[in-house]
Amino acid sequence: MTQTREDVPLIFERSQPGRRGVTPPVTEGAPLETLLGREHLRSEPPRLPEVSELDLVRHYTNLAHRQFSIDGNVYPLGSCTMKYNPKVHEEAASLFSDVHPEQDDGSVQGTLGLLWHLARDLSEITGMDQVTLQPAAGAHGELTGILMIRAFHEANGEGAQRRTVIVPDAAHGTNPATAGMVGYDVVEVPTGEDGEVDVGALRAALGPDTAAVMLTNPSTVGIFEGRILEIAEAAHAVGAQVYYDGANLNAIVGKARPGDMGFDVVHLNLHKTFTTPHGGGGPGTGPVGVKAHLAPFLPGPVIEREGERYVVQEDRPNSVGRMRSHHGNVGNLVRAYAYIRSLGPDGLADVAEKAVLNANYLRKRLEEQGFSMAYDRTCMHEFVAQPPGELRTLDLAKALLDEGMHPMTVYFPLVVKEAMMVEPTETEALETLDAYAEALGRVTRRAQQDAEWLAGAPYMTPVRRLDEVLAARTPILRWTPSEAVDAVQGEAAD
Amino acid sequence: MRYTPHTEQDVAKALDVIGVDDVNALFADVPSELLDPVIDIPEGRDEVRLLQDLKALARQDDTTSPHFLGGGVRRHFIPTVTRHLAMQSEFVTSYTPYQPEVSQGMLQATFEYQTVMAELTGLPISNASMYDGATSVAEAALLAVRATKRNRIVVSRGVHPQSREVLATYVAPLDVRVDVLDLEDHVTPVPGDLSDVAAVIVQSPNHLGAIETLPPFGRAAREAGALFVTVSDPLALAVLTSPGEAGADIAVGDGQTLGVPQQFGGPHFGFMVVTEPLLRQLPGRLAGQTVDADGRRGFVLTLQAREQHIRRGKAKSNICSNHQLAAVMATINVAALGPQGLREMAEGTVRNAHALAERLEREGFDVLRGSAPIFAEFSLAVPRDPKTIRRELHAKGVRAGLPIPSEYGLGDAILLTATELTETHEVDALVSALKEVTS
Repeated sequence: MTQTREDVPLIFERSQPGRRGVTPPVTEGAPLETLLGREHLRSEPPRLPEVSELDLVRHYTNLAHRQFSIDGNVYPLGSCTMKYNPKVHEEAASLFSDVHPEQDDGSVQGTLGLLWHLARDLSEITGMDQVTLQPAAGAHGELTGILMIRAFHEANGEGAQRRTVIVPDAAHGTNPATAGMVGYDVVEVPTGEDGEVDVGALRAALGPDTAAVMLTNPSTVGIFEGRILEIAEAAHAVGAQVYYDGANLNAIVGKARPGDMGFDVVHLNLHKTFTTPHGGGGPGTGPVGVKAHLAPFLPGPVIEREGERYVVQEDRPNSVGRMRSHHGNVGNLVRAYAYIRSLGPDGLADVAEKAVLNANYLRKRLEEQGFSMAYDRTCMHEFVAQPPGELRTLDLAKALLDEGMHPMTVYFPLVVKEAMMVEPTETEALETLDAYAEALGRVTRRAQQDAEWLAGAPYMTPVRRLDEVLAARTPILRWTPSEAVDAVQGEAAD
Repeated sequence: MRYTPHTEQDVAKALDVIGVDDVNALFADVPSELLDPVIDIPEGRDEVRLLQDLKALARQDDTTSPHFLGGGVRRHFIPTVTRHLAMQSEFVTSYTPYQPEVSQGMLQATFEYQTVMAELTGLPISNASMYDGATSVAEAALLAVRATKRNRIVVSRGVHPQSREVLATYVAPLDVRVDVLDLEDHVTPVPGDLSDVAAVIVQSPNHLGAIETLPPFGRAAREAGALFVTVSDPLALAVLTSPGEAGADIAVGDGQTLGVPQQFGGPHFGFMVVTEPLLRQLPGRLAGQTVDADGRRGFVLTLQAREQHIRRGKAKSNICSNHQLAAVMATINVAALGPQGLREMAEGTVRNAHALAERLEREGFDVLRGSAPIFAEFSLAVPRDPKTIRRELHAKGVRAGLPIPSEYGLGDAILLTATELTETHEVDALVSALKEVTS
C-alpha cells in the first residue's frame, strides 16, 4: 500500500469566502428575522468551509488515500476481527436507507420483517431465547446486558445484596467500565499459565454478593475456556448470572453456542463476527441475546409477529427501559442479515473453522520467525505473541508500517508483557499470512542489528512517528483561524 | 456464498504446518457436547437470490409517498457527492486509528468534524462523536453529575421523550434523581431553585417544534453552580442562537439532520461539545493535533486516560467505538453545502413549516402553536387516537401523524414536519388525506 506523503491541508484551510459547492433547492419566502424574530438567530454565522465540489472531492479523496483499510491490505488487529466486508452488503443497506422510524407499521413491513428474522437468526446462532437489536455498539450491548442482570436481581429481591461483578484480569476494558457505570464493584480474577481463567480463584470470588461473571470465550488471549460448563454451574449455584462478551464469537460461530455453555446474556459485535464495516471506529452494533428468564427485562420497543404482520410492541412493564432512540443501527442490521442469509449455517461454521485454521497457521509461521507465544498451545481465532530478545512491540509495529502492513493489536491484554495480539481472520489467504510473517521477521532481524533505524521507524508513511505526549500536554482539538496565522508566523520566524 | 479463500490444497498445507490431521482437532478444547449444534437458519444463497429476497422485502416499505414525519429524524437533501465520498472503502473498512501514522485520513476528518461541531455549537471542545442524540443526553447528565458532584437532574419535557427514556435507563442504577419541567405555552419555564442541581437540560427546537429562548437558562444555571445542557438540531444551528451564545456548558444532540440518511432511525451519530473546564470529564474519543518526528503536522487520538481501555472500572464512560463514519459523512456534507447552503436548507425548512401550518389553519384545521416561533414542526389536534390517524393517513398514501404523547396535555394530537424538500403536491395530498380521515 502506498499512501500519499503530500500534506493535505484542512478543509477549512482550502476555504475561500463566497465559494460554493453544492446548492440545495431554494425556497423563497420571508426572511428568518420576520419568521422567527432576531432574538432567536445567531449573531455570527459559523465559520464553515466554503469550497467547490471538486475541491471537496479532491480533499476527501486525498484523505482516503492517507487511510489504511482492510480493502488495502491485511489488518490483523487482535480482538477486532478485521475481515473482508462484502460489497453486496452495501447494496443491501442502500435498499433500506430512506425509511423513517415513525412510519406506520403497515408501511414498513419489509424492514420490520427483516429485523424480526434477524433477531430470530441471532437467537439460533447464539443459542439464546430472545434478542434485542437496539444497542449501538458492543459496549452499549454490555450496558444493556448488565442492566438486565441488575433488574433480574432486583425483581428477586436481591438487588441490594448482589454488588459485585467478576471479570478476568485479561478482560476488555469495557467489561469493568460497564460494571462501573451500573454501580457494581469489580472483582478481577487472574488468568492461569495455560491462558484460561483461574477457576480456583473464580470459585473463591463467587458468593452471595456476586451479581454476574463476565467472560469472553475464547478468552482475550485466544484460548477456549475448556471448563466453561463448570464455571457456569458454579456461578449459577451462588445465584449469579453469566455474561458472554461476544467480541470473540468469530472463533466458534456456527460451531458452538454460548447459550449451550450456560451463558444467560450474550452481546454480539456485528462489526466483528457479522462483518458490518468498522467505519474508522463505528457505527458498531451490539445486539443482546438472553435466556427466557431475562426476556421480560429486554429494552423496548420490540418487534413481534402477529400472524403474517410485524408490529412494534412498546408496552413492556418490566423492561430496563429504552437504550437509545428508535430500533437500532438498522443500516448495519441489514448488512448482518445479508451476511447470515448468504452464508447459511454451513457457511458460518466454515468462517469459524477457517478463522481458527488461519490463526494457528500464522502462529506457526511467526514461531519460525523467532516470536514466542504467550501460551504455547493450540489457539482459537487469535493468539498472543511476544517479540524476541529485548525488542519492544511498539517499535516493531512502527517498523511493520513501512512494509505496508497493519500491525496487530499491541499491549493488549495487559497481563502479557509486550503483547502482540494477532487475529488474521478467515478471509485472508495463506500467501498473505506468509507475507505477513516474513515481513515481521524481516523487520525484527533488522531491528536486532540496527537500533537507531528501529527507533526512527516508520519512514515511508504519510507522517512519521507522532508526538503523542505533545498532543496530550497541549491539546489542540479543533482548527481556529488565529492559530493558522500563528503557525504561518512561526514558520516565518524560523 | 463463501468469503474464505482456501482451496483444498490450502487446507492440507495449513494442517501440515500446524501439525494436525483435521480442522476439528483445532477445536479439541471445546467440550464435545457443545460442538456442531443444529442451527436452524436458512441455507446460504448466491448474490442473485440474496438481492432478490432483499428487494422483495424493501418493496414492502413505503419510501416514496408524501413525507411529514420528524421528531428527531427528518428527510433532508443529501448531495450525491456526500455519500460517494463518505463511502470510500478506505473510510468504510478501516478501524479505530490505533496506528496514527497510517490513519491520518480518518484522524484528520475527525479533527475537521470536531471543528465543525465546535463552530455550529459555539463551544470549544467536541469529542469524536457519540452513538445518537438520546445517549448523548444521558451521557451529558452523567458528566454533569461527575463534574458538579450533585445528583439531581432537571430536564424539560420539551426534550424528546425517547431521550428522556434513555436518560432514565442510564441513571436508574445510580443515586440520581430526575425532575421534569412541564411546558407552558409550548416552551420551558425557567426553573427557580437550581442550587442542588447538576444539570438543567433543554431542547431547542423542542419536541413540539418550538424554539426555546435559551439564554435565561444559561444565566440561571451559572448563578446556581449547575451546568446548562442544550439539546440541539445541528442543521438549525446554522441559523439559530448557538448553545455557546446561550451560555450552555454542554451541547448535545443527534446529527442525522446534518446529512445522514433516515435508515429507520440508525445508524446516525450523537454529538457532545463542552466548555474548556469540562474537557477531562468528556466521554469518548478525541482527535488532537501534534507533530511527527520531522516536525510535520499530524493527528492522533489523545487524552485517552479518560477512556475505558486505560481506566477500566474508573473510566468516564464505557463507550469504546463511536459512530465515526456517520460523523465524517456529516462533515463532508457540511463542507459540500457550505455555510450558505446550510443556511438555505434551514431557511427552506422554516419557510415550508410555516407555510404548512398557515395552509392547515386556512383549511380550518386546529394547529396547536404557542407564542414561540417554530422551526420545522408543530402539532395538530386530531379527533381520534393519533396512532389510528397515522394508520389512516398511510392508507391514503401519506406518511404523517407522529403521535404527540399524552404527557404534553394537548389531547389527541400529531406532530407534522416540513423540510426544504417538502413539495406543494405533498402538502395538497396531506390536506386532502387529513380532510378525509378527520371528517
